[in-house]
Amino acid sequence: MNTPTHTMSESRLESPVVAPAMPSATSPMYWSVRRELWEHRSIWMAPLALASVFLLGFAISAVRLPARMRAAAALDPMQQRAAMAGPYDMAAGLMMLTAMIVGIIYCLDALYGERRDRSTLFWKSLPVSDRTAVLAKASIPLLVLPLLAFAITVAMHLVMLLLHSAVIAASGQSVAALWSQMAMFRRSLFLLYHLVTVHALSHAPFYAWMLLVSAWAPRAPLLWAFLPPIAICSLEKLAFNTTHFLALLRNRLEGGPAAMPMSGMFPTDPMTHLTPGAFLNSPGLWLGLAVTAAFLAGAVRQRRSRGPI
Amino acid sequence: MACIETRGLRRAFGATVALDGITFRVEEGRILGLIGPNGAGKTTALNAITGLTPFQGELRVLGRDPWAEREQLMRDVCFTADLAVLPRWARVSQLLDYVAGVHPRFDRAKAEAFLAKTTIRRTSKVKELSKGMVTQLHLAIVMAIDARLLVLDEPTLGLVLFVALISHQAGQVQGTAR
Repeated sequence: MNTPTHTMSESRLESPVVAPAMPSATSPMYWSVRRELWEHRSIWMAPLALASVFLLGFAISAVRLPARMRAAAALDPMQQRAAMAGPYDMAAGLMMLTAMIVGIIYCLDALYGERRDRSTLFWKSLPVSDRTAVLAKASIPLLVLPLLAFAITVAMHLVMLLLHSAVIAASGQSVAALWSQMAMFRRSLFLLYHLVTVHALSHAPFYAWMLLVSAWAPRAPLLWAFLPPIAICSLEKLAFNTTHFLALLRNRLEGGPAAMPMSGMFPTDPMTHLTPGAFLNSPGLWLGLAVTAAFLAGAVRQRRSRGPI
Repeated sequence: MACIETRGLRRAFGATVALDGITFRVEEGRILGLIGPNGAGKTTALNAITGLTPFQGELRVLGRDPWAEREQLMRDVCFTADLAVLPRWARVSQLLDYVAGVHPRFDRAKAEAFLAKTTIRRTSKVKELSKGMVTQLHLAIVMAIDARLLVLDEPTLGLVLFVALISHQAGQVQGTAR
């Protein structure tokens, strides 16, 4: 097996001074992320499935649109806007919910599954560090899912808007009001802001915690992930009759440092006011990221020392 | 430089001492077999050598500490812990893509040439393959990695690999453990 391989001879031609220890360029991070997408196909299949079902429902409901538009014309502009934006907000909200559910299921299985099916022994026989492997897995809920949710939601909104416009134009009404009310570009920008600040950055400690549990749990990672927080909340309530921990979790789930100042408004509504400065300056954001880093470091350590179960 | 060098290698699991002060040295170009009854600590020793388990005492594999430098060591070491460790969800082509993407010493053409002699299809998933085919697939990957040290902790795969190495590459057996 010591004959020079193709890749070896190629790289020697290109750079004769390079030692043969690095015969070909490798990118462990890139391939580790791709491997996650191969194994967990629900990451992209679930959002796409939801999008198709939703669009089908929307298309069926579109036949009643002209009547609804006429009814809405009697309302004041604020209510009119809310009535029109309803399905669009619903599409975005459902996509966020799907991404969160997929993210939770993914994180709990990411490091537990490879120990259960013993494939961790195969992965560890390759020159990929535990840190690369864990970071690749963390990038799924923190990067891939939010971006995927964004892309699919924008695509859904565009299809909906085109369908909407076609129906309205066919009934002889003006589409200009619809387009100005929807403010697609602003809406998409706000959606991206919301996904990055809330779903990726604010929720990061939750996903990192689930990855840590997934790397450590001897069995039933779902229980180990959810029972300790529930236990802490109950203990605090019983012992001190306070609910600080529960409030902390709720606040973070609702966006914590990125929570919208105007409550009751959908986060992607073009009328909301973004405060990125306040978000970046909030200690909650940085504290959350520090906790995330600590949980991920723990997950790396666990992956290194835990064998198959 | 010795391929493997240990001094007082020790590993205990609670009260059970799996390895109690093992000292040995394997030079490059040698073939070494570990023989012993169940529970003798053979797998523990191999796990320590391949960086899967922490240990006490001294252990150097190709000049590296396997526990602290597993990633770098795995560029030069190829090990098969078990026959059934290939991920069942993976397609054959995906496994080849992945290994080619992360392993600098993997020769994809070599693996493909080996697979061409079998009935394994690139589009098959590991879970669709028979036991023997999974062995062949694992073998194709292992043989295409130009390793300086080969560690086999699975009798079936180990034997198949051994026979394959001797019959197909008789002149290169020594090169495997160069």
